[in-house]
Amino acid sequence: MASIEFEGKTYNLDEDGFIDDFKNWDEGWMRYVKTQEGIEELTAEHKEVINVLQDYYRKNGIAPMVRILSKVTKFKLKYIYELFPSGPGKGACKMAGLPKPTGCV
Amino acid sequence: MADTPKPEELSKIDHAPPLMEGWMDVPAEIRPGIYCYGAKAKNLAAVGMPNARDWNPADEDWKLPDNWEQIVEEGMKDRLDKYRSFKLFMDICVRCGACADKCHFFIGSGDPKNMPVMRAELLRSVYRKKFTAAGKILGKIAGARKLTEEVLKEWWTYLYQCTECRRCSVFCPYGIDMAEITIMGRELTNLLGLNIDWIAGPVANCNRTGNHLGIQPHAYKDMIDFFVDEIEEVTGIRVEPDLNRKGAEILFVTPSGDVFADPGTYTAMGYLMLFHYLKSQGLDITWSTYASEGGNFGFFTSHEMAKRLNAKMYAEAKRLGVKWILGGECGHMWRVVHQYMNTWNGPADFLEEPVSPITGTKFETATGTKMVHIIEFTADLMRNNRLKLDPSRNDNLIVTFHDSCNTSRGMGFLEEPRYVIKNVCNNFYEMPPNTIREQTFCCGSGSGLNAGEDMELRMRGGLPRANAVKHVHEKYGVNMLSCICALDRAVLPTSLGYWVPEVAVTGVHEMVANALVFEGEKERTTNLRGEPLPGMEEEE
Repeated sequence: MASIEFEGKTYNLDEDGFIDDFKNWDEGWMRYVKTQEGIEELTAEHKEVINVLQDYYRKNGIAPMVRILSKVTKFKLKYIYELFPSGPGKGACKMAGLPKPTGCV
Repeated sequence: MADTPKPEELSKIDHAPPLMEGWMDVPAEIRPGIYCYGAKAKNLAAVGMPNARDWNPADEDWKLPDNWEQIVEEGMKDRLDKYRSFKLFMDICVRCGACADKCHFFIGSGDPKNMPVMRAELLRSVYRKKFTAAGKILGKIAGARKLTEEVLKEWWTYLYQCTECRRCSVFCPYGIDMAEITIMGRELTNLLGLNIDWIAGPVANCNRTGNHLGIQPHAYKDMIDFFVDEIEEVTGIRVEPDLNRKGAEILFVTPSGDVFADPGTYTAMGYLMLFHYLKSQGLDITWSTYASEGGNFGFFTSHEMAKRLNAKMYAEAKRLGVKWILGGECGHMWRVVHQYMNTWNGPADFLEEPVSPITGTKFETATGTKMVHIIEFTADLMRNNRLKLDPSRNDNLIVTFHDSCNTSRGMGFLEEPRYVIKNVCNNFYEMPPNTIREQTFCCGSGSGLNAGEDMELRMRGGLPRANAVKHVHEKYGVNMLSCICALDRAVLPTSLGYWVPEVAVTGVHEMVANALVFEGEKERTTNLRGEPLPGMEEEE
């Protein structure tokens, strides 16, 4: 398994650069993904998306469907792409420390 | 993850007939963008698969067990004894080449080892060496070769570049079923822990939670509740679905992709609305948060695993005491149910022969499995005039239909989806005849290859289907491709987005629900996606 060092801390990554385990997520990880995703500044809206994703994940053990994320944050999908250029899955879920969904998706 | 080349680049494909001499000595190239990640230890261990360890296909060392060759040989022998079809398909090919240019992966890649005849030859050559007198004695002259680690890697590379779609089999004069060969080959790779993680992950999830995504019961309910709210916003009608209700007449099972990923979620809303509509006509149906998966990624692993996962649906039907099972818009679920279930887990004697409670129609083709595809159920409702429909609500759509490999070639659903579509929309155009019905082209990402890391492979495999879509887009202005498979709904938006971005994707029951006229509904101004209905567009 690959690993990276950021701000003096080591994170283990899967093949797509997602964190190995949600338990190892911290704010430093968020700052690391920011540099990877080409996001200039982490705004309150970025954090809002991350919080919604993480709350849902803690409760349900899975990322919310995109439509729920959009409804709860009141951000249209297009705006979520503006916040996270790689999109809600590869961008926002990655930053939030959530695993990728699998199956017919 | 590898960058996917642009469409202009990817469509430069060389189909020059390859020199087949010497192919045995050309090792497979395991190239980023073409292969899927190796199965994780935790996902293999979760279902008791052998050789559970993390491994990387790009590494030289695949961490195989020391006696791997013996395992493969014994595994092959077992299967040759057990499945006469496998033995037959190893023996009878005359290499006529009728299949060669029928495979979407060959068309999209030009890689000669993606010609079905060659894909099978990779296994046949080893079969001859180990199990035929001529091969043992004459070796290469008889088309036989030793099983080496290089050969195993070549198997793996091309077995996971076949979607088991069976288009090539339609053209084979012997009727050799290439999917059966791939299935056997993948079983052998699974004896060594060589599944891909995009299959192993969903299998582990399905075994644990009842669905590929790993949705737990409370989360499943949360998703259904979300749809209920959304439906109310569009229609003013509050639907009241049941979950896990004992004593219901019918159990409904659909792929979990439908409750999670767009645009399948709109199809899930379509099911909910149709069931609510039929309540007053006597429909007594429940969803289940345990049998919450119609699909079966076990089928892409081994017969044993497919059987295990398939059994869960029937166990839940028994627990709830229903009479029969209605299944959602899914593809490979139906190949499993229609062609394998009865010998694996059947006959389902504790269930009754399915009869539509609305029309009284007996679904005789489902006598053994007691499981009916919703497209057949809905077509029957329409034939008996049980639905009030306003197809003009879909007038903004110019629709074509993509036959899923599994529902068309696998079970013969050719007319039902077209009949339903023509009842709910006014603009319908077929793609060219050699790309639909029995000859349909695969979506390009089936049989568990719909991962993110093999995007170049998926776009190459998706080219023939997309090319036919492009044709009807240019000729008739088609802007919507409909389908009755959740995997199609998951992957075709990506593939069409790449090759024909003007065309979107929908499930058939999304269009049904948009056209369905409820008593007491509010004036509908938008479709389920929240887009304005024709004539309801706001002035700019």
